[in-house]
Amino acid sequence: MSDVLAVAEHRQGELRDVSGELVTAGQELTDSTGGALHLAIINGAVEEFADDLSLDGVDTIHTVDHGEEFNHDVYLQTLTQLYDELDPEYVVTPHTVNGMDYAPALAAEVDLPLAPDVIDFTNGDGLTVTREQYGGKVETTIDVAGDGAVVTVRPTEWSRTETAGEATVEAVDAGIDDGAVGSTVTGFEAAAMGDIDISEAEFIVSVGRGIEEEENLDLIEDLADALDATFAASRPIVDNGWVEPGRQVGQSGKVVTPDVYIAIGISGAVQHVAGMKTSDTIVAINTDPDAPIFDIADYGIVDDLFDVVPQLIEQFE
Amino acid sequence: MKILVTVKEVEEVEDDFEIDGNAVAETYLNYDLNEWDDYAVEEAVQLGEEHDDVEVVTVTIGPERSDETIRQALAKGADRAIRVWDDALADLTMPDPVTTAKLLSAVVDEEEPDLVLSGVQSDDTAYGATGVALARLIDYQWAAVVNHLEVEPGAETASVHRELEGGVEELTDVDLPAVFTIQSGINEPRYASLRGIRQAQSKPLDVYEPSDLGLSAEDLTSAFELTSLYEPESETETTLFEGDTEEEADQLAGLLNEKGVVEG
Ligand SMILES: Cc1cc2nc3c(=O)[nH]c(=O)nc-3n(C[C@H](O)[C@H](O)[C@H](O)COP(=O)(O)OP(=O)(O)OC[C@H]3O[C@@H](n4cnc5c(N)ncnc54)[C@H](O)[C@@H]3O)c2cc1C
Repeated sequence: MSDVLAVAEHRQGELRDVSGELVTAGQELTDSTGGALHLAIINGAVEEFADDLSLDGVDTIHTVDHGEEFNHDVYLQTLTQLYDELDPEYVVTPHTVNGMDYAPALAAEVDLPLAPDVIDFTNGDGLTVTREQYGGKVETTIDVAGDGAVVTVRPTEWSRTETAGEATVEAVDAGIDDGAVGSTVTGFEAAAMGDIDISEAEFIVSVGRGIEEEENLDLIEDLADALDATFAASRPIVDNGWVEPGRQVGQSGKVVTPDVYIAIGISGAVQHVAGMKTSDTIVAINTDPDAPIFDIADYGIVDDLFDVVPQLIEQFE
Repeated sequence: MKILVTVKEVEEVEDDFEIDGNAVAETYLNYDLNEWDDYAVEEAVQLGEEHDDVEVVTVTIGPERSDETIRQALAKGADRAIRVWDDALADLTMPDPVTTAKLLSAVVDEEEPDLVLSGVQSDDTAYGATGVALARLIDYQWAAVVNHLEVEPGAETASVHRELEGGVEELTDVDLPAVFTIQSGINEPRYASLRGIRQAQSKPLDVYEPSDLGLSAEDLTSAFELTSLYEPESETETTLFEGDTEEEADQLAGLLNEKGVVEG
């Protein structure tokens, strides 16, 4: 009968969707451990968030109000205290940018193994997690030894629990030691995106690192012109400074939902896919038949983009 | 100011590969400097160029083979390198991130850097966890996914931007000493010059065994045991357009017409 502690995520006054997914993942674990599901809500509009997250399967919600926004020291101190009090077997956190900023510290602090970016798990004779490796080209299953673990789950891999429940809400006095808070958020800023907005585009031609050189980009821009489509790119192309940031598709760029998305020389890393997977029709052009983009593509051409794209341009000129 | 940069040699898998037991068969693996660590090295080297008296030291856990990758970092401007390895580490096929952080923490104890730069994640295992776990173990402050860093030698705090999801950046002041995990795009990593490559050959690369750093066999156990490795099943039925290039392009053009996104 071991308990599970899940941790909600919010930003700038809004709960993030992954919070409801954590409830589902947490509940899956309590189904196997037979214990209670605790949910920690740290900072922000804790009472409102607690109302929203009083969901089916959640037994107790622990709220700590020590500021508006995420702060990793406040999270670490609170979760260490809750861990000591509740003695859960598993702590479940989101594999998000903020999750990456406290989950590993928590694992180190309470001396638990950390299983990051998990896409599935089973818990019988101990915990077995499924995760990707080599940019999604293979999946692995891993037995995690020890008396428990901090498990960080990949967003959107679990469905969101939406059915209301009857969780007990407890405000926790975490006794935060402000002297040990060594980082201060001074503000937020929108990344400079320029005045291009690709998020409403209905037809997108997107290019990735398969293009190799900056001077080759003309080829894809010519294709976008010939097709009258919007030109976009994966992150490395933007990181290189070849294309303006407003054209980046993905987790840290834009989310797009076109009728047709053509991914050219893009491997399909999870952070890219997060920005385009709800496109109606996905077409991939890639030399690697095992590229993860083919796992979500509706249509594909396994061939060299430098051969296919000129042919395609010719068709439309 | 001393900056320690954690540098990993990552495995890259060729397009067509075979699986042998629970691993990708060795012949299909190539080795390279982790992409994110390349940005971390560049950030450290640039700080060294901007300020006097900055020493950039890299640390790698890896076999002799990784010397080639380490020399790349030295050629780009790091001053010296440390590599940690022994037979017991060679047997540790899948170190969990906290175990790796423990190994690195022993090097920090030895070097006492003012700043540690890591990559956000590594290309192969993508744990995205080692840097922040390390920070906690060595009692440094930290920030994950940093895409802008301002730090002056001798300062008490650094100012960073953390790149959150959806194009939002968090502006944060962090007490020093600290560990920052560096995001791609923070700078433009340089190519090693011929002169750099030549100089790298004579820069110090010290090899330690874990026991030299006061680590015991117990520190070298992983919580992870790999039980299977396989190619994932596709989530969709992918229709492949096949034939010669012209036929492929033809079929794709047909699809675009059918979907009504082009005028045909
Ligand atoms: C916190 C975080 C946030 C991130 N946010 C984003 C984001 O918003 N957007 C994003 O895109 N990435 C993001 N990334 C990066 C992501 O992890 C990948 O590194 C990136 O998406 C890879 O881009 P790519 O597919 O263009 O390059 P690669 O992965 O290098 O793939 C290149 C592909 O091109 C193919 N190819 C090569 N030559 C040819 C040819 N001649 N013809 C056809 N195909 C060819 C290869 O087979 C390969 O599949 C983020 C990462 C992190 C850690």
